[in-house]
Amino acid sequence: MRGHFTLAVVCGLGVLVLPAAGQTPAPAAPTELTAADRPWDNGTRIDLSWSLSSDDAALQGYIIRRRAGEDPEFARVDLVGPGTSQFTVTDLSPEETYLFQVAAIAQDNTESLPALTNAPITPSMEWFDGTRVWFLLTLVIFCGAVVVFIGRARKGATLKLRKIAGLEAVDEAVGRATEMGRSCLFIPGIADINDIQTIAAMNILGRVARTATEYDAKLEVPTSKSLVMTMARETVQTAFLSAGRPDAFNPDAIYYVTDEQFGYVAYLQGMMVREKPAACFYMGSFYAESLILAEMGNAVGAIQIAGTAQPAQLPFFVAACDYTLIGEEFFAASAYLSGEPDQLGSLKGQDVGKLIVAAGIVGGVLASTLAVVTGSSLIQSLVDFFMETMLS
Amino acid sequence: MKRSVPLLITALGGFVLIAAYFIPYTQSWGESVAVWFDILASIAFILGGGNLLKLHLKKVYDQVPGWGYSLIVLVAFLLTLTVGLGKMGVQPSAQFTDFAWSGHYREIGSPFWFLYQYGFQPLTATMFALLAFYIASAAFRAFRAKNLEAVLLLGTAFIILLGRTFAGVALTGWIPPDSAFSGLRVENLTVYIMSVFNTIGNRAIMIGIALGIVSVSLKVLLGVDRSYLGKE
Repeated sequence: MRGHFTLAVVCGLGVLVLPAAGQTPAPAAPTELTAADRPWDNGTRIDLSWSLSSDDAALQGYIIRRRAGEDPEFARVDLVGPGTSQFTVTDLSPEETYLFQVAAIAQDNTESLPALTNAPITPSMEWFDGTRVWFLLTLVIFCGAVVVFIGRARKGATLKLRKIAGLEAVDEAVGRATEMGRSCLFIPGIADINDIQTIAAMNILGRVARTATEYDAKLEVPTSKSLVMTMARETVQTAFLSAGRPDAFNPDAIYYVTDEQFGYVAYLQGMMVREKPAACFYMGSFYAESLILAEMGNAVGAIQIAGTAQPAQLPFFVAACDYTLIGEEFFAASAYLSGEPDQLGSLKGQDVGKLIVAAGIVGGVLASTLAVVTGSSLIQSLVDFFMETMLS
Repeated sequence: MKRSVPLLITALGGFVLIAAYFIPYTQSWGESVAVWFDILASIAFILGGGNLLKLHLKKVYDQVPGWGYSLIVLVAFLLTLTVGLGKMGVQPSAQFTDFAWSGHYREIGSPFWFLYQYGFQPLTATMFALLAFYIASAAFRAFRAKNLEAVLLLGTAFIILLGRTFAGVALTGWIPPDSAFSGLRVENLTVYIMSVFNTIGNRAIMIGIALGIVSVSLKVLLGVDRSYLGKE
């Protein structure tokens, strides 16, 4: 009888204990979760902070969830690693109230009870986005330098510019086309007029058109955007007017082809093969078509000048064209070609920007090296501030 | 007046976009400016279509050399326009069965879809495929070892190309990956060249471009550079 009783007790305990032995207990929950509106932002961020779980060392991390006013349940925002006690929730709406919860999660995905924020919080929008203050400061210094140098140039200060071979060659290319009795082809890229590269291309087109008028060369401008066509017509017409030959302006030489990238390329290729232009200008924003066009121009024996701010396309133009305006040279073209003091001053302002960038690079490299060599926490915090606050 | 109004619109639009970046309350103004541009660009489609028709009709009418191509352009343009705008062969959508034009213009099996799928897309792919041949011909010219710089370029390109192939990796596979010479394995050399030398060059160009963009933008906004309006 006693044996039966003992067996029953052991079996009963086994039934109760065995399943519990297979289940890992939930980790201890984080505590003291607080939510605060991020100051000086655009009303999309809330800063969360909490006290670590007592099981922190063994955790997979902490799961952060949020619930907007009308949402039925909490939605996962992110998972942060163990040892993390702060997190900024982004992409929130300034017109919504939010509740947040943070739960510790063990290695086997067992979750603790969540820590909850006490009250709903609404992110508030400030009048100025403080996260961009360093960018604004840099912009003000750079733009200020441009304005100062424009002012100096207006007062007659001498500004020295290095020669840009690609721009010096514009007259040569148009002259060659005139001598050969063939046309000049100006391709302003495939971007619309809201792209700064297209505006820079129009600036160069003005000069090319003026030279073509003076030399009596035929200029053709096929465009892939109709607004660019309108703008190019205005630019070329004014160039003809200022050259004293308004009658020579032919609006039909500046025309729309198609918005479609490869349709545009197909037209230009066919046209190059048929008409064999003597000078080709590729100025603006280009993508895969850059090499197709430049190689075709090369095949028909045209003198080619290209300029773009697409770094990926620059090697193609360098390989296939006679002259290439690389990056900043392309943007400097307008000032360089016009020779106006206002514009030349802006180029000097750009040099100040370069000096600031160079100083930042040299200073950053030195500080990072010193931080590693000396192990100084002060220098390291300066580097972190530079990297995470000023540059972010 | 013809110059002042565009300058004013440019300056207003530009400064509003700058303000919208720093002042959260004006973000919606920046979005409005972007929408205005979209409206302008949509209207410009009509301008572009009109110009296309005028130009190619003139070429066909005058029978200039190559006028046959213009005829093909006109036929293709008008056919696509009619089929697309008219939603020919498109079934009404399940939600609005009573409305004949409620279906999507690119519905699978519709004539517009057919033109796109079997006309336009293969032609586009063909043009893109030509790039492979042009890369070969450009590389042939660019990599000729005619001076020291060209030799360096050729050598670098050779290592990079080799490092992207299985044969290249196998060539130096005998160097133990954990030895002091593992950096000489072709795949490691490739990564090193790309992440150090190539990145340095790219960043230098990008910094110049960024400064150039700011400078040109400022000149355009302040009206210092008006050559895009025709003034040099």
